[in-house]
Amino acid sequence: MASVAIGGSEQYNYDIVRKFTIMALIWGAVGMLLGVFIASELAWPFLNFDFPYITFGRLRPVHTGAVIFGFGGSALFATSYYIVQRTCQARLLSDGMASFTFWGWQAIIVLAALGDVLGYSQGREYAEMEWPVDLLITVVWVVYAIIYIGTVMKRKEAHIYVANWFYIAFILAVALLHIFNNLAIPVSLTKSYPLFSGAQDAMVQWWYGHNAVGFFLTAAFLGMMYYFVPKQAGRPIYSYRLSIVHFWALIFMYMWAGTHHLHWTAIPDWTSTLAATFSIMLLMPSWGGMINGIMTMSGAWDKLRTDPVLRFLIVSLSFYGMSTFEGPMMSLKDVNALSHYTDWTVGHVHSGALGWVAMISFGAIYHMVPRLWDTKMYSVKLINVHFWLATIGTLMYITAMWISGIMQGLMWRAYDDFGNLQYSFAETVAAMHPYYAMRALGGLVFLSGMVLMLYNCFMTMSQAKGVASGDMAPQAA
Amino acid sequence: MIDHGKIEKNLGLMLVLVMIAISIGGLVEVVPLFFIKGTVEEVKTPEGINMVRPYSALELRGRDIYIREGCYLCHSQMIRPFRDESMRYGHYSLAAESKYDHPFQWGSKRTGPDLARVGKKYSNEWQVQHLIAPRSVVPESVMPNYPWLMSPLDTSDVGDRMAALRTTGVPYSVSKAEYDNNVKDFGADVAKQLHIPDAKKNLIEQAQTGKYDGNAADVTEMDAVVAYLQVLGTMVDFSKFDNDSFVKFR
Repeated sequence: MASVAIGGSEQYNYDIVRKFTIMALIWGAVGMLLGVFIASELAWPFLNFDFPYITFGRLRPVHTGAVIFGFGGSALFATSYYIVQRTCQARLLSDGMASFTFWGWQAIIVLAALGDVLGYSQGREYAEMEWPVDLLITVVWVVYAIIYIGTVMKRKEAHIYVANWFYIAFILAVALLHIFNNLAIPVSLTKSYPLFSGAQDAMVQWWYGHNAVGFFLTAAFLGMMYYFVPKQAGRPIYSYRLSIVHFWALIFMYMWAGTHHLHWTAIPDWTSTLAATFSIMLLMPSWGGMINGIMTMSGAWDKLRTDPVLRFLIVSLSFYGMSTFEGPMMSLKDVNALSHYTDWTVGHVHSGALGWVAMISFGAIYHMVPRLWDTKMYSVKLINVHFWLATIGTLMYITAMWISGIMQGLMWRAYDDFGNLQYSFAETVAAMHPYYAMRALGGLVFLSGMVLMLYNCFMTMSQAKGVASGDMAPQAA
Repeated sequence: MIDHGKIEKNLGLMLVLVMIAISIGGLVEVVPLFFIKGTVEEVKTPEGINMVRPYSALELRGRDIYIREGCYLCHSQMIRPFRDESMRYGHYSLAAESKYDHPFQWGSKRTGPDLARVGKKYSNEWQVQHLIAPRSVVPESVMPNYPWLMSPLDTSDVGDRMAALRTTGVPYSVSKAEYDNNVKDFGADVAKQLHIPDAKKNLIEQAQTGKYDGNAADVTEMDAVVAYLQVLGTMVDFSKFDNDSFVKFR
């Protein structure tokens, strides 16, 4: 490929970063569009159109797969390859292997989506992919780990920079979680049964599920934060000591917390209590990261007035702080008794997913794109518009889910004067309708910001000249 | 004081320490549940027969379809020990009741109601009508229509499916010895249903005599799904136990 010859002359392999950045933008738009659609299905069920492949039950894993692994995953590959090269002052271990992770990862997202739509599902939340896709994930992940660790080994600087600690923990933890959660006995290429059952299976699944949040959607994005916030603010990280303490505390404690998804279920009570305890303690390392990021702004607060990219990064940390306060609160058994099984959980996930994960990725991508394509952003004004659409969309979404979640939780446990249940289940479903509509609208606002970003970034890329643009169109060369 | 610089300069040391830090939680909290007796309680009749049994061939195929359609994304199968839940759904769920569930289907969201004890609550006719057109019986429902469940059920690999589950430890039988063992554990009628060589025959027989989809002629996916729904939560006869006999397992 022509790009190898051109890319090879660069100090760093930016070609792979550019590829993953483009796919992060595309999967972001696709995944969020699906999110708006399935949210609308819940508000207006005729949208299922009696067509098996687009029912809520089949599209929901496509949505979560596209945003978590497609958008989030591609953003993590892009930023981790960018950061590891720059902080280690070393080119990636192997361009060929890096390219393999790109095509492998994209194939995984497409195969997972096809499998979900066709109904080939393991029936495990956030791990619906059947075993052949799981094997492919394992292979790609091992290659990713080799590239990452190999590149850190080549570093020119004696110290490993803090962002890399988080990416390393993320790579190791995801490998561990993925393997144990997906142990299964195959029946055919498209069907398998998990090795574990019932209570033990539930424990394994939520150990995986919660730490997919803890490592995929948190630790790795903190790695992103530790590079892009100081870069964009032009200030050093607030506290080196805090970064050490909160890193080790965070990766140690997260692994204990998953069982809070199983409060009051048929598991031994001690596991549930232990998980709640660690979830509360987890507030401290979580806020350690938030404080370290936000305080990095010390002496540079004025930049928030003029720099929408920095605004994305700082607001993402605010949402991170908010959802990592909400999480421990929801892990208290008495709060959980109300919140569990309701939309409150869905809102909590999205305050993390939209407010933290997506917004910090937007900030990081807006930071990288002009540098990767060696040009200026097509429009800073559009970044600003995107910022407000993203913020308002997120707030609409989580507000709708707070109201519907708490309301439904209370309606389920309401009694009339005779001590009977006051509401039938169907009545509580009917009461959700306005909030489901509001949620879909909030999602639409967020999505429109994402589409603006896509437009802005592609205009930036197309106006770029020289090395980068030559890279992007190797066939034309 | 520990000099963190040592870890930052030594990648091997950092990898080892990270692995240790992320392994402890699971080792303490998850792994023991595979060994602690009582995590899954034994639920037996006075005669020593296990009340919770593996699914029949037809029920298993119904469960596969339940998973295929992603029902677990809107319906839980886990009743919590609260007054309102016991009034709405029935006795709280026991770990034993999902001991043969690969994977577990406890769920995490109730966009629709819990289904852990939906079995026998509604007639087969109601279930069929509700699955084909939910709003025709529950106007407030936001559930999709599932008219394609009336298509024929693929029964070709049901034996393979049971064999795979047998590998994970579900007591489906292949040999005479395993069959006899099942007669002891589950009684003769159930043991017949768990015998893999007869899987297809048993499946067709259950669908035709059960008439879950309303007709005996052909075996549809609807037969399987309704058979599965009708067995949910019905295996344990709680009238045989004291009110607090299961509390000690929590």
